[in-house]
Formats: sequence, C-alpha cells, structure tokens
Amino acid sequence: MKSGMLLQGGRILDPSQKLDEAGDVLLLGGKVESLGGRIDVGARDDVEIVDCAGLVVAPGFIDVHCHLREPGREDVETIVTGACAAAAGGFTAVCAMPNTDPVTDNQAAVGFIIRQAARAQAARVYPIGAISLGQRGEALAEFGEMVGAGAVAVSDDGKPVASAHLMRTALEYARTFGIPVADHCEEPTLANGGAMNEGIVSARLGLKGVPSEAEEIMAIRDILLARRTGGHIHLCHMSTRGSVELIQWGKERGISVTAEVCPHHLSLTEDAVEGYNTNAKMNPPLRTAADVEALQKAVRDGTIDVIATDHAPHHYDEKEREFADAPNGIVGLETALAVNITWLVARDIIDVATLVDKMSCAPARIFHLPGGNLRRGSVADVTIFDPDAEWTVDPARFRSKGRNTPYAGQRLRGRVHRTIVDGRAIYSTNG
Amino acid sequence: MSGSAAAPLGKDLLGLEPLTAEQITLILDTAEPFKEISERVIKKVPTLRGATIVNLFFEASTRTRVSFEFAEKRLSADTVNVTSSGSSVQKGETLVDTARNLEAMRIDMVVIRHGASGAAQFLADRIESNVINAGDGTHEHPTQALLDLLTLRDHFKRLDGLKVCIVGDVLHSRVARSNIWGLKKVGAEVAVCGPRSLLPNAIDEFEVEVFDRIDDAIAWADALNILRLQLERMQGGYIPSLREYNRVFGVSSERLERAPRDLLILHPGPMNRGVEIDSDVADGPFSVILDQVTNGVAIRMAVLYLLSGGKPELAEVAKGGGSR
Repeated sequence: MKSGMLLQGGRILDPSQKLDEAGDVLLLGGKVESLGGRIDVGARDDVEIVDCAGLVVAPGFIDVHCHLREPGREDVETIVTGACAAAAGGFTAVCAMPNTDPVTDNQAAVGFIIRQAARAQAARVYPIGAISLGQRGEALAEFGEMVGAGAVAVSDDGKPVASAHLMRTALEYARTFGIPVADHCEEPTLANGGAMNEGIVSARLGLKGVPSEAEEIMAIRDILLARRTGGHIHLCHMSTRGSVELIQWGKERGISVTAEVCPHHLSLTEDAVEGYNTNAKMNPPLRTAADVEALQKAVRDGTIDVIATDHAPHHYDEKEREFADAPNGIVGLETALAVNITWLVARDIIDVATLVDKMSCAPARIFHLPGGNLRRGSVADVTIFDPDAEWTVDPARFRSKGRNTPYAGQRLRGRVHRTIVDGRAIYSTNG
Repeated sequence: MSGSAAAPLGKDLLGLEPLTAEQITLILDTAEPFKEISERVIKKVPTLRGATIVNLFFEASTRTRVSFEFAEKRLSADTVNVTSSGSSVQKGETLVDTARNLEAMRIDMVVIRHGASGAAQFLADRIESNVINAGDGTHEHPTQALLDLLTLRDHFKRLDGLKVCIVGDVLHSRVARSNIWGLKKVGAEVAVCGPRSLLPNAIDEFEVEVFDRIDDAIAWADALNILRLQLERMQGGYIPSLREYNRVFGVSSERLERAPRDLLILHPGPMNRGVEIDSDVADGPFSVILDQVTNGVAIRMAVLYLLSGGKPELAEVAKGGGSR
C-alpha cells in the first residue's frame, strides 16, 4: 500500500482557515503534509496521485449524531456496516448514540464500540455515552469512566431527559470532562405518543400530533440550565422555527449552546407523510414549510452550528406497517451530502464552504474531535466530492443495512468521490 | 391501482376527502333504489352473486359490521367475517401478511375496520381487491358519513346550504372528519362544537364554523350530528367528568326548545344516554337516529355495487324484479 496520497488539482476548501483555492494536498504518514499550489513529489512511487480536477477537497465530514444499533440490533445495522455507510457518505468520523441494547452507559460498553470500530477499517466511530443509567432518566452514568474509555459526549438521545434536575446535574458534572451534553428535546407529556407534526395534516390524517412546543419547551429549559450551570448544551435535531429563535436568544446572551439540524428537516415537510408514508416518520417529526425555511436560514446565519444525520436504520418490515406503530427514523449517512447540496447549495441558500463548515469544521470544534481542518500536521481525514454530479437514490445499493429513506428514487446532486481516513482511502467511487 | 372508467369511484372507498361532490351524490343517488330491497319480504337480489367479500374487523363493532353484512347478503355476495379475536391477528400476524393471505384466497372485496389511521389505505395499496374503509383509527368512516348525508337529504330534500353542526369529540372522531369533508363537498355549511380540548388544534384550517357554546350551535344549525363521547377520554384527561360534559355540551330538550327552529338530531351510535344526548332528545320527534341505521344498509349496498363495477344508471334494474 502506498504511504501517501497527492490530491491533485482540486478545489481545496477548508473554512476553518478560510481557505478556498485550487491546488494540491499532500497526505503523508496519516497527516496533512502540505497543501496549496502545485506540489511536486518527484519520482516517489509510494505516493498515489489522485486527480481531483473538478472536485472539492475538504476536511472529512463528521456526523455527531447517528445510530449504529450495535449491540442489540445487529440485524438492522452493525458498527462495521454503519462505519462503511458513513464512509460511502463522505464521513470520516461518526458519533454513535448510546441507545443500544444494552445501553452504552458504562466504560465497558464504550470500549466495545471502540473495538468494533477498529475492526471496521472504515469511518472513525466515537461513542456517545448515556446521561443516565439505562437511559432511564434517574441516576447519572459514570461520565468520567466513559470518557476515559473513549466517549466524546453524553446523551440520552431517543429518550428525552424529563427531569430538569437530572439535566442540570449532567450539565454541571460534564464540565469536569469538557464534554457536551447532547439532548433530544421532547417534553414527554406533550409529545405523548404523537406520530407526526401537530397541524392540519395530522388532523386530516387522524394521526396524533406532536406540537412544536414539545421541542421548544425542552430547548429553552436546556438553554436556561446551561446558563445556570455553565455547562455546554448541544441541542440535537432541531426542527422548529421557535427552537431557532430560542437558540438565537441563548447565543446572544453568551450561553454555551450549540445546535444541530438534520438534512431531512432542511428539505422535507409534513406533507411527505401523506399516504401514511412511514419513511417520512421520524422524531422530531417533519414540520411545516415555515419551519424548514427558518432552519435553512439558521444554517446560513450560524444560529445552527452543525448538520447531523440522525441516521436511524430499521428493518424494512418494521416500517411496513400501520403508521402509528412504525418506528421513528430514517437512514441518512449515504444521502446527507447530496440532500444538503440539492436543497441548500443548489438553491443558493448556503455556499459549499458553509456546507463544509456545518459537516466538518463545526462538528470537530464542538465535540473536540480530531480533523475538521486541513492544516499542516493535522490528521489526514479528507472528503473529496463532486458538488455537481447527479445520481438517483437506490436504497438497494446502500452500504447501510437500512433501506428506510424518503429520498428513494429521487435524483440528487452532489456525490462523494473518495473518503480518506488517516491518509488511507476508506471509500472510493472507482473501487 | 386507480379505477377504470367503468368504476366511477375507483378501486376503493377509503374516505370522503378524496371524493368529488359528483361521486358523493352518485353514491347517495345509487342508494335510493336499494332502500326498497330491505322493505321486501324476501330481502335478496342476485346483484353480487359469486362475489366473495371479507369483513375484516380489528376493532369491536356491532352496528357497522352487521350493516355491511346485511348489505352484502342482500346483494347475494358470499361473505366471511374475520374479527381480531380468534384470528391470526391475535397471534401477532402483521397487517401486511393478513393482506397477502386474503389476496391469495382470491377475494373480491375487503371491508376493513381498524384502530390505526391509514390501515385501510395500507391494505388498499397492497392488494388488488376493492377495499372499503369501515373506520380507520381517527381518520375516516366514509360509509357512516354517507348514510348521515342520505338521512339529511331524505329529510330536508337538499344538502346545499344546509347548516349542520357536529357536536362533541371531533379530535378523535373519524365520523366527524368524514362528515366535514362530505358535507362541505356537497355544499352544506358545517360547524363543530365541543370543548377545545376535544377539537383538533388546527380546526380553523378545516374552514368550518367553531362554536364554543352548545346554545350558539343550536341557534345556528338546521341539524345536529352528536358524536359519541368515548368514555376513555375522561381518563385521558381531556375533560374533567362526564357529568360536567353533559351540563356544558349535552344536547337536552330544554336547550333545543330555545332554538329558533326545530333541529334534526343525528347520532352515529352507540349512544351514551345522559352524556352527550339526553334520552328525550334521542327518542324525541326530531330524532332520525334509527333512520340513519336503516339508510346505512342502503348506502353500503350502493357502495358495494358501485365498487364492484355496477353501472349507476342500472342500479334500479340491477336490484332485480319488482317488489313482492
């Protein structure tokens, strides 16, 4: 195997150093050796030359929110298949949520994920530990030991932290370890079995709705608790216009709040549920056009820091059922880039540099992860993509075991060309 | 899966929201000749002879199931009733597997009642047979609304401009939704009245009148369609008590007497006497609650006939020889 890679003639895009120029990038020994201009490696035959003409060369994408299902539901995803799906989607690293079975709420469970990820030889996988033991919302999990084993954040994602006291304690306790507390904002008594956004569509379809306030009440609770404690709250998968206003409010006051949004909440509305389409069922639910517009604007103006997938694979027959009984979530790793380019970049809502910032630089910065930049000496995690190539989503070709996507059959723009981790290609369109 | 030109309603009857005013009127008109069959000594015509129909009831139902069964039998169809108890459903079979098994038996039609909104469409999307929605969750119950419309039309001789108020738990009512769509499409004015906790939050977007007080609704309406108050709504915390519900929203003869005109009283049943409706109203001179039940059979015969490809203009002929 070659020990280096020369990425030749691409558009080097590294928003972390405000870099956007045509040139070469040389990766050697798992690090960025040099970048910019023409780089001549002479006659070295241990350096692979990669023609990047017409392609964007960016720091590797990092997904701070995905569900890899192992341990517990290896039939729908494993850490290996998830890490390979991530690689195919241009992600050099992903953060795995702890709602596994058993729950990732201790150092041994965190260590298991790290070991499985090492076997995958694909995207890096960073475990997120649970906030509470068993995600039961009662006793705090051992943050310190989990961080020691490799956890990068804590979250009870999938289960809202109902107790304000527990959230307060988690934010305080997490400060020792310098990790964010990521919260799935959902006021459980308001959401209470809701299957989609509450509004005219839910009223017409006769489906129980989840009002926006179920998210917003918890978002402002968390922001206020972050203010009280000085802890870092990271708000997962924001879906409403009201949440955007609350985050804005928090940021204006210097509160340590960061927020993510998912590609589906930036592209689809509750109308996608029409016909009881279970592949449009997720939590938080798809909202209205006004929400989508507010979220898009929040990505552009920086109110929302990160775009994360909330990749949630399910077995096809779990989705092939009555809407109210179908599980929440869609797969997202292999469509995220193209959905973002199609709905945001191609429609001039954000530029490609902003997209790279939301998918790479900001996630690395907020979760204190390696990568997220192409500085000399930085880890050689790189994503090369063609922002203009079009392709049609065919779930049968996903690396993920999950096929549950609302984008099946859609023609999207933006395609991953090569994904590089530690200077080694983990995914490449030509084999 | 859409119907051919020969099928004026398409393949399935899933709800009234997707239907046109013409299709709704067609069903009502087609029901007229079928009314008479039930008045005969021998209540049977050969119209659907050889057709096999499965009544798939995943929720308890007496009235609707019996009404469909009579409609089918009076049209000479072969029918099988499947209820959730004693079927493979109880053994954990999924709806999609149930659908595939029914399809494999080469049936012609399925009448489905299910607790999940969208279940009828789910089935219709997956099998070739005609599917009739006999109530899916809190979504639609189209044949109930059609029989309500027929009963209103019988009495008022028109639907256009008629003022109908639906009273009660609109939030959880498939009858309410189907009535709202059906009535609006044929030109009636529609209102709802009930505690706001039992109305959809987005009720304004249905473009109906909303009355917070039952007395205002009574003063406005030509007819009231009074919904059954599911007793579990009280446990669900939507209302404090049945007693207070009756005091605030219950339809009593005392309240009706204050109305500027006589109001026609409909109720889809089964009634909670003394809760949403007082007995003297239910049994009173303006109650058409039993006419609704009678019309239910005719409406279901019309729907079965039209979905099976029957020509609307031949309904009179199709019902066979003269009355005996």
